[in-house]
Amino acid sequence: MDLLPILATLKRHKTAAGLIVLQVALTCAIVCNALFLISQRLERINEPSGLVDDELVVVSVVGVGPSQNADAQTRTDLQALRAVPGVQQLSVINQLPFGRSFSMSTMRTQADRNAPGVGVASYNASEGWLQALGLRLVAGRDFEASEYLDNSALEQSETGKVTALVINKALAERLFPGADAVGQTLYGISDEPTRIVGVVERLVTPHPGGSDDMNVYSMLLPVRESFRGGAYVLRTEPGRREAVLKAAIAALDQTGPGRILRQQQLFSEMRSAYYAQDRNMVHLLVGVCLALMVVTAFGIVGLASFWVQQRTRMIGTRRALGATRGQILRYFQAENLLLSGLGIALGMAAAYGISLLLMRNYEMPRLPWSYLPVGALVLCALGQLAVLAPARRAAALPPVAALRG
Amino acid sequence: MLGHYFELALRSFKSSRGLTILMLLTIAIGVAACMTTLTVFYVLSRDPIPAKSAQLYNIQLDAERLGNGFQPGGEPTQQLTRLDAEALLREARADKQVMMTGGGVALTPEQSGERPFNVRARYPSADFFAMFDAPFLYGGGWSKADEQAEARVVVISRELNERLFGGADSRGKMLRLRDKEMRIIGVLDHWRPVPHYFDLTLGSFADTAEVFVPFATAITLKFSSWGNFNCWANVAPSEARNVGAPCAWLQYWVQLDTPAKASAYLDYLKRYSDAQRSAGRFERPTNVRMRPVMAWLDANRVVPHDISLQLWLAFGFLAVCLTNTVGLQLAKALRRSGEIGVRRALGAPRRQIFLQFLVEAGSLGLVGGVLGLALTWAGIWAVRQGSSDYGALVHMDLTMLATTLGLALLASLTAGLLPAWRAAQVQPALQLKSQ
Repeated sequence: MDLLPILATLKRHKTAAGLIVLQVALTCAIVCNALFLISQRLERINEPSGLVDDELVVVSVVGVGPSQNADAQTRTDLQALRAVPGVQQLSVINQLPFGRSFSMSTMRTQADRNAPGVGVASYNASEGWLQALGLRLVAGRDFEASEYLDNSALEQSETGKVTALVINKALAERLFPGADAVGQTLYGISDEPTRIVGVVERLVTPHPGGSDDMNVYSMLLPVRESFRGGAYVLRTEPGRREAVLKAAIAALDQTGPGRILRQQQLFSEMRSAYYAQDRNMVHLLVGVCLALMVVTAFGIVGLASFWVQQRTRMIGTRRALGATRGQILRYFQAENLLLSGLGIALGMAAAYGISLLLMRNYEMPRLPWSYLPVGALVLCALGQLAVLAPARRAAALPPVAALRG
Repeated sequence: MLGHYFELALRSFKSSRGLTILMLLTIAIGVAACMTTLTVFYVLSRDPIPAKSAQLYNIQLDAERLGNGFQPGGEPTQQLTRLDAEALLREARADKQVMMTGGGVALTPEQSGERPFNVRARYPSADFFAMFDAPFLYGGGWSKADEQAEARVVVISRELNERLFGGADSRGKMLRLRDKEMRIIGVLDHWRPVPHYFDLTLGSFADTAEVFVPFATAITLKFSSWGNFNCWANVAPSEARNVGAPCAWLQYWVQLDTPAKASAYLDYLKRYSDAQRSAGRFERPTNVRMRPVMAWLDANRVVPHDISLQLWLAFGFLAVCLTNTVGLQLAKALRRSGEIGVRRALGAPRRQIFLQFLVEAGSLGLVGGVLGLALTWAGIWAVRQGSSDYGALVHMDLTMLATTLGLALLASLTAGLLPAWRAAQVQPALQLKSQ
């Protein structure tokens, strides 16, 4: 295929050709970055929590006035909840992934208070947490019965000290790279060091998905919260969750009447609500990408149709001089390829520019190179698809069209 | 003449129906995308208290200890310790000053049988209502004397008053909060500052409190507080709210009516901080912040990143839509070269041809704008249905309505410039010859 006649023709239609190039370039630049944004959001949304998301229900109550003996009430509650049919395991936890509250401590490997520390989300968990949450220990052990203590004892200070803690693998790798974290000690919970007894494979913080320390590192303490400061987490089969939740609420109403129901949720609902904004963004980005491509495709169809109409005489003449339909078809396809190619080249540069702006203003990572060829391919295919109908119409023109004019 | 051009435009729309609909849709969708995101942005970044946002300042002192990620000149803790807040309040060097925290408390309704429920609470000092222009339906706030006496008084929101008392003047009635009886002294009118600027720790678009209780009363009665609690030494949770606890958890705002007063107050804060430092309480070098409302919102990045990202995305989309419209209009104009040639030959000057095509572009924009308005309504409806905490706040007002139509007209006229200019360049002789 000879490109020279195409170039010669385009030279006479600089404005229209320029508009197609501009449109393809803009679309390419936006689509590349949008695809990257989408993939990042999807990665965030799909990050595993480490918990058995689909087997947990959460219920939490709070008293109206000051409680006389919250610890005793909590023990009664736990007993009643354990008897709820379908409950396999349960625990009281001070905070949960995807929840509203967030409690953290700055943990250090050295006793010096001014030594650098890491912000770590801190979960207080009562007996049974490992099975209840469905976490996976990769090193060390679960807490021993003697290590658990009531939060009320800690609150009055001096009566008890946390002696053991379990950390997530991310924290273990951050603090003790290449070494065994189990047996090491950390400072930050009290003035005394606390020994690491176990490492869990994965446990996200209450607010996962960011890049700050507090979005990544977490630990568990053998501390029994009372119902006032914690939520009951019940593990059951996915299909029985609603029934278990209902029965649990009824059981709590029996054991401690008059309390206010603070939270009653499937854990998967908490997760889904937490990522709602990201899901919205993904839908929006997908929508914009599709709309952009449709608009661009229609733009190409419109201008190509106009050109076919304008060049009727030229096409007819070429056909009369022996050009095949295929040659006419390929002429328009090549013309489109040329324009799209130019647009894509410009678009890739623009995509990179946009990515730099996003990096500076929105703390986004750099656009990976691999997105550029993907964007190029998509736009190329789009251009060819859009030009097909007008090009076929051109190819179908009979040679006499030239004579009729 | 314009009327005639308008008629010509309609005729041209009719003759190429498909192309016209395509251009209309392109403009409408582009404009609607922009206006939906712009409306969200506009609602979220608005000044919550325009009359005095420049006179209200949030106060920050750096009371944290050295170490713990200290960077010279970095951002001080977002809130104040109780000791500092009470000291500043006692010295009262500003025109008005408020220390406060948000909270939650159980309310037991009088009517027997109704279950207790939790209400959102705020525990401010006396100046709060006057400082933030809280509108009262009945009664008013409490005095400094009430506060010192730890009076058991409460101001409630209009919504709560309607729920509990059917909207009647409930002053003097008792409200059971936690396990205590509190006397209602005031009922607010509907009040929802957006963003919730005076306390961002509950979420930037948090709902306003339902009950307001004097700070001292709430602490004595052990009403629980909500929000951000930042302690930099080990402290038992039951002691974290004590005076002298190494915890920052209180919002502190001052009102300073003139710039001179503001600069004097800044000096005063520095002196206070220096004094604390030389007394050995503050470890860090003096680093105070005094931000007026809008700067405070800006520094706390109240408008989510996603929103401004969406705004850019929408304008990028509009740019593509416009390029598209320019191309299509150009094709349409050039297709009518013959007609233009005849008009030019009959004596129409270039200016008139230009005007004719601009009128055509403008009418396209107007219709596209109306269509876009409908789509914007749909877009805003979708945002309101969404699960974001600001969704329900987003609504369209007259400004945005006018902006939508204006944007559509501006966009289509801009898009019409090039095609109209090219149409005006058509050589009559060439066209007549080729006919």
